[in-house]
Amino acid sequence: MSFWTRHQIFEKNSIILVVGILAVIAIGGLVEITPLFYLKSTIEVVDGMRPYTPLELTGRNIYVREGCYLCHSQMIRPLRDEVERYGHYSLAAESMYDHPFQWGSKRTGPDLARVGAKYSDDWHVTHLTNPRAIVPRSVMPGYPFLAETEVDPTTIVDHLRTSRAVGVPYSDDQIASAVADLNAQADPDNAGVDAFAKRYPKAVVRNFDGKTGVPTEMDALIAYLQMLGTLVDFKLYNEKANLR
Amino acid sequence: MNQSQSPKWMSNGEAGLAVFFSATAFLCLIAAGKALDTAFAFHATLGAAASLWAVFAIFNRYYDRPYALPPEEINGRPNYHLGPIKFAAAISVFWGIAGFTVGLLIASQLAWPALNFDLPWTSFGRLRPLHTSAVVFAFGGNVLIATSFYVVQKTCRVRLAGDLAPWFVVLGYNFFILIAGTGYLLGVTQSKEYAEPEWYADLWLTIVWVTYLLVFLMTLIKRKEPHIYVANWFYLAFIITIAVLHLGNNPAIPVSMFGSKSYILWGGVQDAMFQWWYGHNAVGFFLTAGFLAIMYYFIPKRAERPVYSYRLSIIHFWAIIFLYIWAGPHHLHYTALPDWAQTLGMTFSIMLWMPSWGGMINGLMTLSGAWDKLRTDPVLRMLVVSVAFYGMATFEGPLMSIKVVNSLSHYTDWTIGHVHSGALGWVGFVSFGALYCLVPWIWNRKGLYSLKLVNWHFWIATIGIVLYISAMWVSGILQGLMWRAYTSLGFLEYSFIESVEAMHPFYIIRAAGGSLFLIGALIMAYNLWMTVRVGEAEEIAPMSGLSPVALQPAE
Repeated sequence: MSFWTRHQIFEKNSIILVVGILAVIAIGGLVEITPLFYLKSTIEVVDGMRPYTPLELTGRNIYVREGCYLCHSQMIRPLRDEVERYGHYSLAAESMYDHPFQWGSKRTGPDLARVGAKYSDDWHVTHLTNPRAIVPRSVMPGYPFLAETEVDPTTIVDHLRTSRAVGVPYSDDQIASAVADLNAQADPDNAGVDAFAKRYPKAVVRNFDGKTGVPTEMDALIAYLQMLGTLVDFKLYNEKANLR
Repeated sequence: MNQSQSPKWMSNGEAGLAVFFSATAFLCLIAAGKALDTAFAFHATLGAAASLWAVFAIFNRYYDRPYALPPEEINGRPNYHLGPIKFAAAISVFWGIAGFTVGLLIASQLAWPALNFDLPWTSFGRLRPLHTSAVVFAFGGNVLIATSFYVVQKTCRVRLAGDLAPWFVVLGYNFFILIAGTGYLLGVTQSKEYAEPEWYADLWLTIVWVTYLLVFLMTLIKRKEPHIYVANWFYLAFIITIAVLHLGNNPAIPVSMFGSKSYILWGGVQDAMFQWWYGHNAVGFFLTAGFLAIMYYFIPKRAERPVYSYRLSIIHFWAIIFLYIWAGPHHLHYTALPDWAQTLGMTFSIMLWMPSWGGMINGLMTLSGAWDKLRTDPVLRMLVVSVAFYGMATFEGPLMSIKVVNSLSHYTDWTIGHVHSGALGWVGFVSFGALYCLVPWIWNRKGLYSLKLVNWHFWIATIGIVLYISAMWVSGILQGLMWRAYTSLGFLEYSFIESVEAMHPFYIIRAAGGSLFLIGALIMAYNLWMTVRVGEAEEIAPMSGLSPVALQPAE
């Protein structure tokens, strides 16, 4: 029997054809994906990574909701110009608590992986409200409604709990205090600031949108943007220890 | 026949579906009442309304229908099930125009940002997934469902399996589109490109897709032809693989059963790999394998020639489905994905060039001896040019997957141009060609209302595509070069915003190209509408069409 005649077994039997297709398409995915879950070299060992604070997580969800990732990447490649323009190339460890990842695929606007602490909060408020007020030739949409929308604190505990269920290491304490932490981070005069700072060391507490009262979506989004890329201290990062 | 004695019964399918939809109506009403966010409440209400409508439609059909369900055969000829195909074909035209219009709008927003109107639901970030989903899944998906249901019946010479199941697939799929599309506008997204719909839409799609697989497979199983025709291999691979990809990429835990937000199970680098394993194979299996099936049926049929090489189609089939799955990591070159995975992705992407061109050759060479038809038949010309675009895009793809090239092209408009030479040129044209063939066949018309209008469509759309892709090549490469340009003193030469400014003229050209493509589609819609409305009926019954010569595999 020639090869071509043998092939008739697939052409004459639908179930064998189904099995054949499944077998053939399974290989590539299995080889490329499964090792990422057990090879230790996949994610670097670094100091400084922590889960998002409740306010940052809320901001991140706004970032996702508005589709920011469609024009802004969060992945600096180890190329000379990118490292000079944006900072140290991104590590896998820096997005290990990201569900979903926000590496992006297009730069209609600049990369945001290390935008944290690059601009002032005021800059962000003005820019997000009307990008062309600061960057005249920008093509970014304006988001004036963020400053007018208050953050809904009622579900934040569930958000943290669900994040823990998918693998983000939130502690019981962090989950229980989520609502207090959400309010404290946007209000330096809040009584809960000290407790918040203990739960999320080095997290920034500021009135991000400059308005008093309940945190707005503007507070949340800016809190998220201002922490991007700031967790790992690259002065202390040992590149050689993570060669792969 | 004891029609007078035994009472008329609902079939198992009718009764089962009526119960199923009563249950979903009930669940949706509860969900709407307890919803935590407005988008979820809106979707649950839509779900309840659609379920109630479905229950009503099932009973309505039951009371109207004759005693027996439609027969498998009439006078020894298969009694083809065309209703769901007509619906899918018609709505694909609607979605196509909607998707192209949104595409034109977001292209214009990049040239003139005032068009974002500073409102949440009209901003680029929410409309872009609406555009991609509308053209890929709504337009392309309905074309695939329509043609696959048609081709599988014709090439197996049997009626589609299931009675209500094909309707469930077609209507259920379009309901998924409705939920997904309105969700994007309301800010419901899980941000995974081409897999944006949230958990509840994903669950619903899973049910619909498994039914689709069952309908297709059961039709294959009861076929009257000894061989499964090559187009059906491709349809089958498309349906199976999309199911696998959908399940692999989307596992998520909802924050609440009554809210739209969920968190995806995968995180960081693994999520990135899963996403582009899915994302690239949405291209490979949805936009390629599915539409190659269209090529393998409609080109031989329209050219009245057999497929060029049966052996090439075997090699083409197995090679392309094996190699495509590996190509995902080329979307993640130089990222934090480990190098070994990037190298694998690049290697297989380059190898993929060969089966892609094998398929192109098989499609193009099918015209051997019939090339003269390109002069007289604009529909065939559209189909053939689509294959030429396929060849071009599948050369460009491997090129861009080479890491050095990718370091320039990634993150730029070059990628957008590449996608659109495939999407507009290949997927768009092969779909238009298939619709131009399919509509007269299923509505039992002698031919199209006007071939002249097809000719206009062809040329206007082709000019549109050329404008679009050349604008994106120039802007993409320019962008990439500006980002890495250094002055003689060793400083970066351009700030980022200078590269944005430089894009402006090309964004205008791109929008112009897109509007030409949209105008072409409007001409098609008019032409197809007139074909159905005023076209002359075919004298011979539509089901008497013989299978093309192409259906006989080489012995």
